[in-house]
Amino acid sequence: MIRVQGVDFEPGAEIDKLLHGRTAVGGVASFIGVVREDPRGPALRAMTLEHYPGMTERMLAAIEQEANRRWNLSASLIIHRYGRMVPGDRIVLVVTAAPHRQAALESCQFLIDWLKTKAPFWKCEETEEGEQWVEAQVRDDVAAAKWQTEPAAN
Amino acid sequence: MEVLYFAWVRDRVGTAREQIDLPDSVSTVGELAHWLASRSSGHAAAFRNCELLRAAVNQEHVPFGHPVAAGDEVAFFPPMTGG
Repeated sequence: MIRVQGVDFEPGAEIDKLLHGRTAVGGVASFIGVVREDPRGPALRAMTLEHYPGMTERMLAAIEQEANRRWNLSASLIIHRYGRMVPGDRIVLVVTAAPHRQAALESCQFLIDWLKTKAPFWKCEETEEGEQWVEAQVRDDVAAAKWQTEPAAN
Repeated sequence: MEVLYFAWVRDRVGTAREQIDLPDSVSTVGELAHWLASRSSGHAAAFRNCELLRAAVNQEHVPFGHPVAAGDEVAFFPPMTGG
């Protein structure tokens, strides 16, 4: 299941809802991305996430489908926010549930690595020095690329 | 054809979307980028270095050699920074 929304989400409630009635689940992995302030840079006032409505939903659904093809999952959830957020705010939630922990943990990391480089979101930071678009990190491409060759274990 | 711009590409072009009549000389995403660059100084600034840009045709990621046709929705944007 995927959701793209402006409002915050409550991780515990989302996980409870996802797992409700699924008695074959043996492990649940989750990742929460949070607006982070770089202590070395100028004070961060806010971050605005822009996205490409329509394509965002398509890409997230495709990434989720790929995770379900590679791993034996009981359930999965991606929630990604857009709009203006302040340091400490939640941006993204990824939850994967599986009969066994390895599939849950690996697929959770796969989902967050892939969505960073494939889902059409752009971050713009507001600091006391003005506004600036965040540049893509080479390490994100490296993290995503490793899943192209690594065979799924389960 | 509908052309969409996001993030700093939109800032430089000065608009989020525009409707264009695709010239006969343009058949790929790369040729479209080159042609768009001549429309204004803002477009020129956005398309100065196409290596910094990514493109989507009908909401699918594509390389710059990908073909374009009159009814397509084409988007130009910087590398994504979600998550």
